[in-house]
Amino acid sequence: MKQRPPRYSAARLVSRAARKRVWPRVWREAPLRNSYDVVVIGGGVHGLATAYYLAANHGITNVAVLEKSYLGSGGSGRNTAILRSNYLTPEGVIFYDRSLDLYRTMAIDLNMNVMFSRRGHITLAHSDASLRTMHWRAEVNKLQGVDSSVIGPADIKKLAPVLDTSSHPRYPILGALYHPPGGIIRHDAVVWGYARGADTLGVEMHQKTEVVDIKVTGGDGPGGKGPGGRVTGVRTNRGDISAPVVVNCTAGWASLISDMAGVKLPISTRPLQAAVTEPVKVFLPVVVVSGTLHVYVSQTARGELVFGASVDPYNTYNIRGSLEFTEGTAGHLLELMPGISRMRLLRQWAGLCDMTPDYSPVMGFTPVEGFLCDVGWGTYGFKAGPVSGEQMAEAIATQRTPDLIGPFSLSRFERDALVGEKGAAAVGH
Amino acid sequence: MLIVPCPNCGPRNAADLRYVGESRPRPDPNSASAKEWRAYLYERANPAGMLRETWYCRSGCRRYFVLERDTVSNEFTNPPTPVAKLGKRP
Repeated sequence: MKQRPPRYSAARLVSRAARKRVWPRVWREAPLRNSYDVVVIGGGVHGLATAYYLAANHGITNVAVLEKSYLGSGGSGRNTAILRSNYLTPEGVIFYDRSLDLYRTMAIDLNMNVMFSRRGHITLAHSDASLRTMHWRAEVNKLQGVDSSVIGPADIKKLAPVLDTSSHPRYPILGALYHPPGGIIRHDAVVWGYARGADTLGVEMHQKTEVVDIKVTGGDGPGGKGPGGRVTGVRTNRGDISAPVVVNCTAGWASLISDMAGVKLPISTRPLQAAVTEPVKVFLPVVVVSGTLHVYVSQTARGELVFGASVDPYNTYNIRGSLEFTEGTAGHLLELMPGISRMRLLRQWAGLCDMTPDYSPVMGFTPVEGFLCDVGWGTYGFKAGPVSGEQMAEAIATQRTPDLIGPFSLSRFERDALVGEKGAAAVGH
Repeated sequence: MLIVPCPNCGPRNAADLRYVGESRPRPDPNSASAKEWRAYLYERANPAGMLRETWYCRSGCRRYFVLERDTVSNEFTNPPTPVAKLGKRP
């Protein structure tokens, strides 16, 4: 490596300001070469984390991350930045807990202020059935060593006084699953942190580089693609690249990329909408989720309320929002917090989610040799970014599936071993 | 929001209907192999383009029908033609 970028610190900030030094670009723009050891398709948190951990943990630095738009332009920059590990399946809980661990030390590991605020996370229950699910989740969590417990309306009121815990609403709050380690983070900083970290270690990031085809030989399908084949490289809008390993980290576009290699995925692409209000003084110190009302909300460090819903009810690659979403979700939010009715909406957006039948991801090796997938992330991809990158990097480096992602392999659909993750945000409880 | 052209009820808001999903031929359960059956159950084409899909008009005529829609522009083929037999789930 030629020149290491300066580390970020308060002392350096002052000294560079005093010497009127301009900060260099956060990552290089290297020329696109025609051969790499590993090509990662998708420059979001998953793709960048995979590239970063390949270099950091396994010394594999001849890696290119190809992104058809700009880094973090997809779900990584569109999610509501909530982190938690209070899932329902033991496989899910242990996996997301590892991710929270990585998020906790991320600011130091990546030398980037990711603004992780571990403020606590409450999932409201409005019916006996969902209260029962909360108890179930709490017990599964405790068994895995994750801090979760069920609390009553009085404790909820203490944590979030703005919530209406009376018996007046249509769906009164009966209790909640309280998960103190949950919180929010600045998602852009996570993307930039991984990009900067990977760049420092020699990984190349290529933006505006769209993969148009994946080259496979020896497969069963047309053109030598499909099961039994072997990846030899990718074709992009900027030329051909040869690579023995290609990783698909393209979330909503995962089916289109996998089709290029002849691998069929159990994925449907649906948009998820979110919105943000004007900033106000901090009044909501925890993350609040209601499965029954299909809404989750948190207040950012700037004071804006960020809220989102479940996925739209039909498949589409179109990310135009709808008035129904804004109206419906705002209505649900007002039912939870009647006091915010005068707040104004700033903007609204949508991102594409790659939904699987069991709400669990598809990770690891595929029937095409050298073609790996890290997709099917649906509504919970951001919080899984670091652990996915770490585990995918291990899979690539060791050529075997790590235990943590074993349950999420594509072959589970052939073995009837689905992992029903009903703790996902897309599931109404 | 999406306006779905129900062949019986005319244009309806998608909220009035239930999205059943991609419409694919169902293999014969007596002769299909496990591999074919699982492909039918789980694999999705998920195209960015024209998609044949099944809808159920739950608050109108309560019929299942198949329509074609572009998943990028969200436009249905014009005129909307129910491609499957009405009333019977394809």
